[in-house]
Amino acid sequence: MYDGGKIIVGLIVCLAFLLSPFIYNAGTTAKAPVPELTEKAKEAKECVESTTYMRAWHMQLLDQWRHEVVRDAKRTYRPSRKARDMRLDQQVIDQWRHAVSDGTRRYMPKSDKVFEKSLQNTCLDCHSNKSKFCDECHDYMGIDPYCWDCHIEPEEKK
Amino acid sequence: MLETALKGKQGYWSWLIFLLVMMGIGLGCYLYQFNEGLRITGMSRDVSWGFYIAQFTYLVGVAASGVMVVLPYYLHDYKAFGRITVLGEFMAIAAVTMCILFIFVDLGNPVRIMNVIMFPSPTSILFWDMIVLNVYLLLNVFVGWNVLSAERKGIPYQKWVKVLAYISIPWAFSIHTVTAFLYAGLPGRHFWMTAIMAARFLSSAFCSGPALLILICLIVRRVSKFDPGKEQIRTLGGIVAYAMIINVFFYLLEIFTAFYSQIPGHMVHFEFLFVGVDGYGKLAPWMWTATGFAVLSLILLIIPSTRRNEETLAVACVSVIVATWIDKGLGLVIGGFTPNPFERVTPYWPTTPEILITLGVWATGFFILTVLYKIAVSVKEEVAA
Amino acid sequence: MGVNRREFLKIAGAASLFGLGGKTAIEILAPGKVEASMEALPLTGGERWAMVVDMHKMDDALMDKCIEACHREHNVPDLGNPKEEVKWLWKEDYHHSFPGQHHQYIGDHFKHTNFLLMCNHCTNPPCCRVCPTQATFQRKDGIVMMDMHRCIGCRFCMAACPFGARSFNWGDPYRVTRVEELKKLNPGFPTNREYPTRSKGVVEKCTFCTERLAKGLLPACVEVANKVEEGAMIFGDLADPESEVRQVLKETYTIRRKPELGTEPNLFFIV
Repeated sequence: MYDGGKIIVGLIVCLAFLLSPFIYNAGTTAKAPVPELTEKAKEAKECVESTTYMRAWHMQLLDQWRHEVVRDAKRTYRPSRKARDMRLDQQVIDQWRHAVSDGTRRYMPKSDKVFEKSLQNTCLDCHSNKSKFCDECHDYMGIDPYCWDCHIEPEEKK
Repeated sequence: MLETALKGKQGYWSWLIFLLVMMGIGLGCYLYQFNEGLRITGMSRDVSWGFYIAQFTYLVGVAASGVMVVLPYYLHDYKAFGRITVLGEFMAIAAVTMCILFIFVDLGNPVRIMNVIMFPSPTSILFWDMIVLNVYLLLNVFVGWNVLSAERKGIPYQKWVKVLAYISIPWAFSIHTVTAFLYAGLPGRHFWMTAIMAARFLSSAFCSGPALLILICLIVRRVSKFDPGKEQIRTLGGIVAYAMIINVFFYLLEIFTAFYSQIPGHMVHFEFLFVGVDGYGKLAPWMWTATGFAVLSLILLIIPSTRRNEETLAVACVSVIVATWIDKGLGLVIGGFTPNPFERVTPYWPTTPEILITLGVWATGFFILTVLYKIAVSVKEEVAA
Repeated sequence: MGVNRREFLKIAGAASLFGLGGKTAIEILAPGKVEASMEALPLTGGERWAMVVDMHKMDDALMDKCIEACHREHNVPDLGNPKEEVKWLWKEDYHHSFPGQHHQYIGDHFKHTNFLLMCNHCTNPPCCRVCPTQATFQRKDGIVMMDMHRCIGCRFCMAACPFGARSFNWGDPYRVTRVEELKKLNPGFPTNREYPTRSKGVVEKCTFCTERLAKGLLPACVEVANKVEEGAMIFGDLADPESEVRQVLKETYTIRRKPELGTEPNLFFIV
C-alpha cells in the first residue's frame, strides 16, 4: 500500500470526527420532557385536534394555518370531529399526510367549534407557558423553529 | 484533467493562496452580514439595491461575452478562434458563478432561496433570470469540458457537444437580455425604463468581456508556453472596437432622448450622475473618469495602428473595462435609484464589509477562472508537445 | 356608505365582542353560523378596497395620530435612522408626494402641506408582478398582501414600486428591545401583543389592516382619524356602487399619485 501510514491516520481522524457528537454527548442522556399544561389548558380538556394528532402534526397544522390566513384570508378553523375523537388512528394520520402531500391541505370540518387560526392568539392563549410547553421539547429534539423571530412569546411569570 | 491544476509553479500557488485569503475575508464578512442583516451595507430604503446587484449586472455581461469567440468559430467557421473558444467558455463559467453568488449575498433571507423553485412565478423576470443563468452555466461547463478533453485525447468532440454549443449562442444573448428586463420593465424608474436597455447591456458586454479576454490571453502568453495567437487577439481587438463604439453611441442616444425632450424625470438621473443633485455629487468624478477612459479607449481602438499594437491595445482594453465597470457597476444601479420616487436624494456608498464581501466573490470567480485556465493551458501545452 | 355608519359601527363592535379578537372558541353558534355571520359583516366581503383621504379635514396632528395608531397596531419599530426606516403610513409634503405636479409659483402653504401616504394597493400592482416567489400578491378583495413566511428578501418589489411604499428589514426589528438607545425610542415594544413583528430580511408595508377587516373593524388609521374628524378618511369597497367611497369619488374631485403609470392606485385624496 502506498502511503499506508497517511491513509490510516486519515481514516482515524475521519472516524474521530464522525463520532465526535456521540463522544461529546456520552453519558449526558437527557430525559424526554413531557409538555406541561397550564390550568387553562387542563380546563379546556381538548385542543383544536386530539392530543395524539397535535403531537405528531402540530407543525403541519400551523403551516396550513399560516398559509390559509395570510394567502386565502381564511381565518377560522373547525376541527374535524373524527380527529378529535381518535386516539392513535393511523388511518387519519395517513389521510392527513395525503391531504398535505396532494397539496389540497383541506380538512373536512365537522365539529361545532370554531377557532381563530393563530399561533400567537389561540395556541399560546391556552399554552401560555411556552418555555415548558414548547421550548423544552424543541430543545430536546434539537430544533429551533423560527416562529418566535416574529410571533410574540407570552409573558411568563417566573 | 483536474490533476493538471494540481501541478504548478510558485507564482500559480501564491496567486491561488492570495485568492483563498480574499475569499476567507469575504466569507467572514458574509457571516457577519448573515447574522446582522443587510444593515451592515450602505443600502437603504431608497437605494435598495447596491454594489452586489451592480456587480451581478456587470458580470452577466462578461459571461455573455464568451459568445463573441464561440459564435465566429461555430457559426462562421472562423478557424482561428478554435484555439481560444474554451477560454471564452471558461471565462463564462467563472462569471456566471460570480453572478449567482452576488444574487445570493444580496438576499435578505438566503436560507429561503429554494422558494424561487418551490413557488415558480413566471411573471417575475428574476425567476427567468435564474433559469437562463443556470442553464448557461451548465451549457458552458459541458461544452468547454468536453471540447477540451476531446482535444487532449486527440479525437473530435461528439456531435451533441456541437448541438449544445449552438444552443449556447442564442442563450448568451438571452442571459443579458433577461437581465436588462429586470430593470427595463419597472414603472416609475425612468433611468432604467428604456427600450434599448437590453441592447446597451449587450453592447457593453461585448466590449468589456472580449477586452478582459484579450488581457487574459496576453497574461497566458506570458506565464505559459501556450500562445493564444496574434491573429486571435487582433480579431478580438476589432470586436472590442465595434462593440465599444456601439456602446458609447447607445449611451449618447439616451442622453439625447432625455435632454432634447427636456422631461425632468428623465434628465435628473443623468444630472445626478454627472454633476450631482441637491448637493450630492459623489458619483460625478467617477462618471467623468468613465467618460475619460471611454474616450481614450475609443481613440486607441479606432486608430488602426494602436489597435494592432498589442501594447496600446492592452491600454485600450483596460480603459474599456474601467469605463464599462463604472457605468454598469456604479452608475446604473445607484443612478437608477437616485433620486427616489419622491425625488429626494438618499446618498449611497458601499461600506467596508460590503466591499470585502464583493472582493470575496470576485476572488472566488478568479479562483475558478485560474484553475480552469490552468487546466486549459496545460492541456494545450500537452497537445503542442 | 351602504350601511349607515352608526349601524356599521354597531356590527363591527359586536364582531369584536364575539371574541374572534382572538380568544379560544365559540360554542354558541351552530355549524356554519360563525362563518356566515362573519361574511355578513360589511368589511369581510369586499372586492376592491379603497381609501379616500379628505385633505380639508386633515392636519399634521391628526396624521401623526393615525401614524402612531398604525405603527402601534403593527409593531412597527422606530429604528432611529432614516437609512433603515420602516414605515407603513407616513407624511410627505405636496411637492414630494406629487413630483411633477408642482410649479415654482406655488404658495408655501400648499408646497409644504403634508399628505398622508401608504401603500396604494394598486389594482395593477407591479410589485406582485416582479416577486419571484409570490410572497407579495393580490388578494381577491384587491389588497396587496405580504407573506412574510415566504419572502426571500430580494427587494425586487421595492425597485418596482413607483410610490416608495415598501420597507425592508435591514436588521432584526427586535433589536429595539436590546439596544440601549433604541429602547428609549420604542417603549413597550412590541406594542400590540396580538400581532407579530417581522424578522430581518423581509419586506413589509401597509396591508389595509387585513387582520382588523377580518374582525369587521375599520383600518386603524381610519378609525382614529374619524374619531377626531368625521369623514377625514373614508374606507370602502369600490366594487359596490352604493358604497360611501363610490359616492365620494363620484361627487368630489380627487387626485391619485402617478396615475399615468397605469398601476391604478386605490388611494385617493380630496384636495
